[in-house]
Order: sequence, then structure tokens, then C-alpha cells
Amino acid sequence: MRKVYLENHQIVSPLGSTSQENIEAVTQGKSAMQSYHSPFMGDYVAGKISEIKLQERFKRLENAEAYTKLEKMMILAVAEVLQAHQEIPKEKIVFIIATTKGNVDALAEENPFSKERAKLPQLAKRLQHYFKLPETPIVVSNACISGGLAVSVAKKLIQNKTYDHAVVVGGDLVSEFTLTGFNSFQALAKGVCEPFSKDRTGINIGEAAAAVWVTSVKPKEEAIEIIGEATANDANHISGPSRTGEGLYLSVQKALQEAGILASEIDYISAHGTATLFNDEMESIAFHRLGLQHTPLNSLKAYYGHTLGASALLELIFSQVSLQENRVFKSLGYKNQGTSKALNMITTTEHKSLQIALKTASGFGGCNFAMLLKKETE
Amino acid sequence: MKRDWYITSSVKLKKHQIFKDDELIFKTEPHISTQDFLKEAYRFFGINYPKFHKMDVLCKLGMIASCVLKEEYPKDTALVFQNASSSEVSDTQHQESIHNFPSPATFVYTLPNIVMGELSIKHELQSENAFFVAEDFQAQFIQNYTQSLLEQKKASAAICGWLEANLDDYYLFLNYIEPRGMHIFSAETLLEKYTQ
Repeated sequence: MRKVYLENHQIVSPLGSTSQENIEAVTQGKSAMQSYHSPFMGDYVAGKISEIKLQERFKRLENAEAYTKLEKMMILAVAEVLQAHQEIPKEKIVFIIATTKGNVDALAEENPFSKERAKLPQLAKRLQHYFKLPETPIVVSNACISGGLAVSVAKKLIQNKTYDHAVVVGGDLVSEFTLTGFNSFQALAKGVCEPFSKDRTGINIGEAAAAVWVTSVKPKEEAIEIIGEATANDANHISGPSRTGEGLYLSVQKALQEAGILASEIDYISAHGTATLFNDEMESIAFHRLGLQHTPLNSLKAYYGHTLGASALLELIFSQVSLQENRVFKSLGYKNQGTSKALNMITTTEHKSLQIALKTASGFGGCNFAMLLKKETE
Repeated sequence: MKRDWYITSSVKLKKHQIFKDDELIFKTEPHISTQDFLKEAYRFFGINYPKFHKMDVLCKLGMIASCVLKEEYPKDTALVFQNASSSEVSDTQHQESIHNFPSPATFVYTLPNIVMGELSIKHELQSENAFFVAEDFQAQFIQNYTQSLLEQKKASAAICGWLEANLDDYYLFLNYIEPRGMHIFSAETLLEKYTQ
């Protein structure tokens, strides 16, 4: 079976509108979290992209007013990724969109776009039209693992030679819809979230779009190969993680099996780490069961918030950067051990020699995702 | 290694009728509500899932279809589903409650893949899940993705199909795919069964 690699990428977030800007901001320990007020929920903390900045960035592209905020974010991310591959005919590329709620803000009465726009196939059609694609992009909507799962889908379609390349884009908004929903679960943090930390009180929601080029052609430098991936359902509860971390444990086991490596060969874990009490506890149990308690681990949620359908992809891109630059990023917001099983939290952004990274994610519906990346050394 | 997989069972729910392998096995009066149709079907097939009545319409449809499709599944049966309207019915309900009292019991159903969580609990499946959304059933793609999961041994069997529930109507079409059988699992067969 042919090998599949991750190549160039683009991140559009409150911390920057290019991957480079985002990496710099995270290196400096900046967080996108800010305080907001809603008449329905009172004060809350979230990470939102400035409409003005987005508009400014979109100026170079066409017909801005025809597109929603999320569409602009996604178009910006995809346009940059495609720029480097103009010579490749579009027929050879599969486009995959990962989102949980798409243009859900269009359901609100005051939104200038029609309610129809909230339908996910509409989002796919807008992107198809903008980039003049021969086929409608595939849409993956699988809760908080969507962004990672979309890369797994791309990998399979490249492995079985349906396509040679893929553009995977993940994106979601901070909307009243999701904010009020998570608030009804009492899952929102009072301040900036503190993944895996003792006094964590819940999540922040963030918005971002991230895109990556996935390909069968080995990149010339610093090739990052996807060596294994899997999803597994907890079969336990639809809105709470399994107490034993069974699904996460299984998904990592299966990814290891495909890669033909041992857990001890993993150099770094990019965890889901939403900063809810139950999620982080579940992850710590699963990682312990896998013998990964000493492997350096971080969560990027205090930088970006939980960007829902984008998060696993955004964090996968950061794992790719970590491997390429031999650098691990501090797990922002972590203060002291807050899970019954201790983990090896990354507390400073520093140089570290890395070869294999594990990205995991878990979500509502009991879904869990794992992907292993390996740096090919010459 | 390339090999063939087979569709050994299919279920369709439409217009208050349930078909198994093209044979009508249950129906109600067409004018009753979808909720009543689902309640009657749940009783008729003797399904036991205590949470059934708390679930949204998409999950109820999926639950009944999966129980009619087959009684038991291997633990690693993959779920590959698609629809057009994601979780539109629950989305609308949650949106209407945003400024009053949004309920976690509604909000949790505002993701289409929740139905896969419910089915996994009911049938004890700790397997691969993927939920896709498209205007029309992409038989070619769903077949391709399901087959690659089976070929790569990420699953030993699969349930794949179309689970649509929107504000006006519903249409459900599930298939069981396994290593042995009569009808080869192809995009053509899948599309033909979907449209007939």
C-alpha cells in the first residue's frame, strides 16, 4: 500500500492568519481567549476571529460579501494550501471539509444569510464554486474528532488510489448555538481553560479554520508520514467519556497495530485535553493503560479554545510542526496535577528531538480518534 | 489484497413502512405522526433500549433500522453513515430554545454522529465510525470508504447507508456488509437498492 504524507498547511485563527503567525504566537505563549458578554449567558471566555481582520485578509480574494464568516475562513486556508500545487489537475485532488456545525449562525433571525445556508451541503457547494472544483467536496461531521477523521478519510482514498492528493479543511465558529448548548451542560470554563490541571472548570470555545495538503508524493524535505490511524467508539455514553477510556485506548492500539510500532516508540502526544473534569481524567486513564504516562504530552486548548471540527486538524498540524522543528509546545494553562493518573505534561516550549507523534481526540457520541505521524529521516 | 465483500441484508424505512430485503414487514397508517410510527415499530419489533423515547427522531430511526437489519453484530462492525440534513430536527429545536432555557438533553442530539453512539451502546460495538453529509447519497464514495475499512482490516463487517431525517420527512436505508454472501457489495448495487 502506498505511503501518505502531510505537506503544506494553513491556519486561520484569532492568533494569526497564516500557519507561521500561529506558530509564532503559540511559541510566545499567547492565548486567543478573551472575555465577552452575552445577554443570554452573561460573561464568557472564548476565542473569536476579528471580522475586520478577516475582511482585510479576504480583500485579495473575490466577492467577499457573498461568503459567510466560516466560508471566508475556510477559503483563505484552502487558497494558501492550493497555491503551492497549481500544476496539479483538480481531478487528482479530493477536497474534504470537516465541521461540526458549519454555518449554524445562519439559523439566527438576525443573521443576514438565509437559514438554508446552515445546511452543510451548502457549505461544500460554496467551496466547490469558489475553487471551481469538478466534484463537490466530501463533508465529514463527526463531532469533535471531525478534523482528524477527515485526514484519515483522505489517507484511505489516497492509499486505494482513488486520488493522489487531498486538501482537508476543518472549521467551526463560536456561535450562540454552541455556546448556549455547552453552557446548558455547565461545561464552559469561568476563565481561560486549564487542561489536565487540578482546578479546571471546563472548556472555552474557539474558532479557527485549518487546511493541510495530504499526498502520495513524498515531500522533499522533512517528510511527515501518516503511519497509522483509527477511530473507536466507547459504546458507553453519548455525552460523557468512558470511565475506563476504552474507546481512546482501542483507537490508539489499532493505530499502533497499523503502524507496526510499540507505544514506547512514541516521542510526543498531542492530547485532546478539553479541560472538562471527565474528559481529561478519561484521557489520563487511557494513556496510563497504554503505558504512555512518561511520554511528553500537551493540550493546545488554552491557546485556541476548543475549535470543535477544526481542533483535531489544527492540533495535528502542530504535531507535524513539532516533528519537523524538533520542538514541543508548552501545555498552556497547566498548573498542577489534576488527574488521578499523573501524565508527563510539557511545561516549557523547548527543543526536543522527535521522530514519532501521536494525535488523539474524543467527542460526543462516544467517538475517539488516534493518528500516528512519523518523520522520515534520510 | 483485493477481495469481494457482500451485502447480506438491507433495511429501508420510508413513508411509515419498513422493508427488509425489499419485503414489506411493517407499516402503520400513513397519516399518523412520525413519532407514533416509530413508537409502534419499537413495540412491534420488541426492541429493548430504555433510552429509546428520549432520543431524537434520527436516533430512533437508526435504532429501529439497526435492530431490524440484524439481531447481533460482531464487536468490530464499522458504521459508515451519510445524510443530507445532519441533525436538522434537533438543531431547530435547540435554536428555538437558545433565548429561553436551552436543554442539554436536546443539545446533545445536535450532532449527526450521536446515532452511531446510540447504536454502539445498544449493539456493544467499539468500532470505526464515520458520519458524512451530502445533498444526495454518494453511493460510490460510501462503498469506497467502507470497503477500504474492511480491506485494511479495521473492521470485520460494516453497516453502511443513508439516514436522513429533516423537518418534513425521513428516508432510511441501511445495509449489512460481510465477507460472505450472495450479492457483491458494489456502488451500483448500493445505488440500485437505495433508489428502488
